[in-house]
Amino acid sequence: MNIHVRQAEVSALISAAQARYVREIDDGDCTAWPNFFVDDCFYTITSADNYAQNLEAGLVWLDSKDMLRDRILSLLEANVYERHSYRHMIGQPFVDELEGGEVDSETSFMVARITREGPTDLFATGRYIDRYRIVGDEAKIVSRTVVLDSNQIDTLLGFPL
Amino acid sequence: MNNLAPLGADMPVWAKEDEGFHVPYWVFQREDVLEMENERLFQGETWNYMCLEAELQSPGDFVAVHVGETPVIVTRDHDGEIYAFENRCSHRGSLLALEDRGNVKDFTCVYHAWTHSLQGDLVGIAFKDGIGGKGGMEKDFCMNSVGPRKLRVANVEGLIFGSFDEDVDDIEDYLGDEVLGRIRRVLEGRKMVVLGRFTQVLPNNWKLYVENTKDSYHASILHTFFTTFELNRLSQKGGIIVSPNGGCHVSYSEIDQVAEAEKAKNTIYSDQKIRSQSDLQLADKSLLASFKEFDDDITLQILTVFPGFVLQQIQNSIAVRQVLPKGTDEMHLKWTYIGFEDDTTEQRRARLKLSNLIGPGGYVSMEDGCIGGFVRRGTKGASDNNAVLEMGGRSIEGGDDRITEASIRGFWAEYRMRMGL
Repeated sequence: MNIHVRQAEVSALISAAQARYVREIDDGDCTAWPNFFVDDCFYTITSADNYAQNLEAGLVWLDSKDMLRDRILSLLEANVYERHSYRHMIGQPFVDELEGGEVDSETSFMVARITREGPTDLFATGRYIDRYRIVGDEAKIVSRTVVLDSNQIDTLLGFPL
Repeated sequence: MNNLAPLGADMPVWAKEDEGFHVPYWVFQREDVLEMENERLFQGETWNYMCLEAELQSPGDFVAVHVGETPVIVTRDHDGEIYAFENRCSHRGSLLALEDRGNVKDFTCVYHAWTHSLQGDLVGIAFKDGIGGKGGMEKDFCMNSVGPRKLRVANVEGLIFGSFDEDVDDIEDYLGDEVLGRIRRVLEGRKMVVLGRFTQVLPNNWKLYVENTKDSYHASILHTFFTTFELNRLSQKGGIIVSPNGGCHVSYSEIDQVAEAEKAKNTIYSDQKIRSQSDLQLADKSLLASFKEFDDDITLQILTVFPGFVLQQIQNSIAVRQVLPKGTDEMHLKWTYIGFEDDTTEQRRARLKLSNLIGPGGYVSMEDGCIGGFVRRGTKGASDNNAVLEMGGRSIEGGDDRITEASIRGFWAEYRMRMGL
């Protein structure tokens, strides 16, 4: 296959996966969120400053799909917070060249948060720094580093970004 | 203590006999109280955490931080010593440092290039003698006569504290032996490494968060992560330490080996009788895997230093938190996650996983970020009512149980003494 056609196809697979991903978080209950990842995945949320300085700690730091499931289970069953939801706006993914079935990708995002009594607030902006694995006609996340542009997090970071 | 000026005429009265067990809500709401706090607490005879020594490794290294609402620069100079001074130009008051951290040879203000040394002394003025005999400063102007205010600096096991008041007690006396011992327990002789920094913006007065960190009573009630997943299977005992003035505290829990041995003897019975209360289980418990780090059985130690510092050990998750007021209804909570230079790869990984417990999204701390806002909203229109802090009596003495609000009462006792309120 022509390499450019293949590249366009991979980009389309990633875009489609990311559209489903944000729909699950914003309009679903997040229980299918782990399904967007491979089993031995990595997911973390950090800030641009930490990322630039190679500081490893995350606001969330999970290194298996089971940990992602546990995160959602805890949010739904154990943790206490005021009712709120997110609305993600995601940009076009910048997709690198496919290597051995895996590919690096970067996507900008903005997330608004709507809290029970409050208005719609701009909650976070940043970028996803991802590695995807292409399996058949599906793109699955091997590693997602959510890099927040600001160091400041308002009140609570419960549901995934 | 300096003699404190009398309160403004319109300041409400907080009855002396309320001590620290009845706290009126106006204390969290009034602008004039915040002004007094900046003056009498943060710029008064208190010690305020500023940064870690590990963040100032080489001469010229600096960090820009806050003490209360006042911007401050902390540096390491070429003599190896650590200095702190206001982040404010001698000339017209602009910020001197416009980055959070870095390495510099001096601080030259961007506005008119007045230059300050790494110790905060004014050492150079652009066009001081004018040009061609015209302009310039008066001949009798003395550069020593102006400059940002300097802070007294203390280093406690790599934690750098500063005070605007030269007359503040030595930090060892300020903390008391017991609290100091508990800082040493975690940090003595170890080289810290910063693993990450996050700032949590909370929609409430700073004192509501301080109360929360000193409140050992709420932990098992508000934070249901451990109980929901039945993760606390070992018998625990613990207690509270309150410093002599009341404002510093330690709350801790440790594995109760006697009770564990007793349980082991009775396993034949208990194994048959134990029924899981819920079916909820974590699928990957490696998130909570910890390693032996200390010589004792203490699994949790929360330590505070008056007015706004927290050192936390939750298993192997070590962090410091700095509480900074931002107006009456907002605050910043600055988290620094800590590891140590001699951590193995596995130990470092364990710390990173355990840090899922803490911070703005932590399994056992996300509720703390919300609760202050609930109190702020709940107490709107109730300025003259008061919080009731009588769990465990009315004294500020520590003890071996944690169903008590003694350390919160201790905070208010020291607060009232230093504020003259």
